[in-house]
Amino acid sequence: MKYVDEFRDPEAVRRLVEAIRRMATRRWTLMEVCGGQTHNLLRYGIDEALEGCIELIHGPGCPVCVTPVEAIDAAQELSLRPNTILASFGDMLRVPGSHGTLLSSRSKGGRVAVVYSPLDAVEIACERPLDQVVFLAVGFETTAPATALAVQQATHYGLDNFSLLVAHVCVLPAMQMLATAPDHRAKAFLAAGHVCAVTGFAEYDEFVRRFRLPVVVTGFEPVDLLEGILACVRQLETGVASVENCYGRSVRREGNLAAQRLVEQIYEVRDTPWRGFGVIPRGGLKLREEWQRFDARQRFSATPEVAACATECPAGDVLIGRIRPTECPHFGTRCTPDSPLGAPMVSTEGPCAAYHRYRVASHAGK
Amino acid sequence: MCLGVPGKVVRWIERSGPLARADVEFAGVRRVCHLALVPEVEEGQFVLIHAGIGIGRIDEAEAQRLIDDLARLADGADWSRTGDQP
Repeated sequence: MKYVDEFRDPEAVRRLVEAIRRMATRRWTLMEVCGGQTHNLLRYGIDEALEGCIELIHGPGCPVCVTPVEAIDAAQELSLRPNTILASFGDMLRVPGSHGTLLSSRSKGGRVAVVYSPLDAVEIACERPLDQVVFLAVGFETTAPATALAVQQATHYGLDNFSLLVAHVCVLPAMQMLATAPDHRAKAFLAAGHVCAVTGFAEYDEFVRRFRLPVVVTGFEPVDLLEGILACVRQLETGVASVENCYGRSVRREGNLAAQRLVEQIYEVRDTPWRGFGVIPRGGLKLREEWQRFDARQRFSATPEVAACATECPAGDVLIGRIRPTECPHFGTRCTPDSPLGAPMVSTEGPCAAYHRYRVASHAGK
Repeated sequence: MCLGVPGKVVRWIERSGPLARADVEFAGVRRVCHLALVPEVEEGQFVLIHAGIGIGRIDEAEAQRLIDDLARLADGADWSRTGDQP
């Protein structure tokens, strides 16, 4: 595939690994904050290729993992209402709420439609005027434009049977929270490439000034990831901290202005509960007053939000890189992808699922 | 979740408004994608598709620049001197 295969070239990967190893004079700890990057770092063995030279710790980059239990509870509740269809990305179906998952709601007769795009949910609402269609709107800044566009399309069609259960989260406030934590270890951040495709990266200037931590906008293919890591090491070795873009083919400094304008029109920032973290100031989005008619919580008086939930999964510690997934006492024993205790083991982009798939499963197969 | 796939815009179906969409090709497979947020893209250009919508245009010159850098790396160039200096 064009613009993918070129950036998986094994020879380029080998040379980049060598360049990083040559440049690093000490073992630097870097953090990525995107589940897609976490997954590919393990899938392509980049963490192992750089072992002893670079420590990669994984931040809260998986929106599925940080979606509060309450959002799942509300989604389950809505799916079981008469004449209601709960539409969701497939990743959310096995995430545990207080009483099972969306998949278990389905087995109780709940109507849960898996869609690839929020706009597919709008299409379902058009085709089924007698049903209420609720889309579970999770995701970072990358995904918010798609759900905002869904609201715009539903308005265009004059639909009164489409609404959103909004659980969008924003990545920069989480990075700020991490950087102010007394035990934070990351010396530089790989910024999430596709978040920045939407937001641009000017908003990281203030973060870098405040915390003196390099931020490098990084893509997803092995060459992209290694280029981002190399740029971090180059900054750290020369005592520089700046915002740098290593994903120029997809990210421009100003981002996608049309997408930003649409998101701004439909949503406003709010203090938001993150699973495993508590409430993060300005950590997510809610519908603006004038779009409240699309808010499923209001339309159906769904379960109110709570920040915390008793669980045996130490998701918060895993998602800020305090412990590795393999250091969790339940990893691979009581908690597996088939029987997860917490969201980081459920989502394909969750750090625990990535370690289980690419370390435990692949090593067992050798 | 933030998966984005580069696809080639083959044919605009509707060019403006919230329903703007086009046929987009991914390694030979075509799918209708919503391009309301990348209205500037021309047929033949590449866009980044996430959750069925275009969120950005692929800058082909930038992609080529990195590919060229990689080629120079293979020729033994000092990689520490390439790329955007901080």
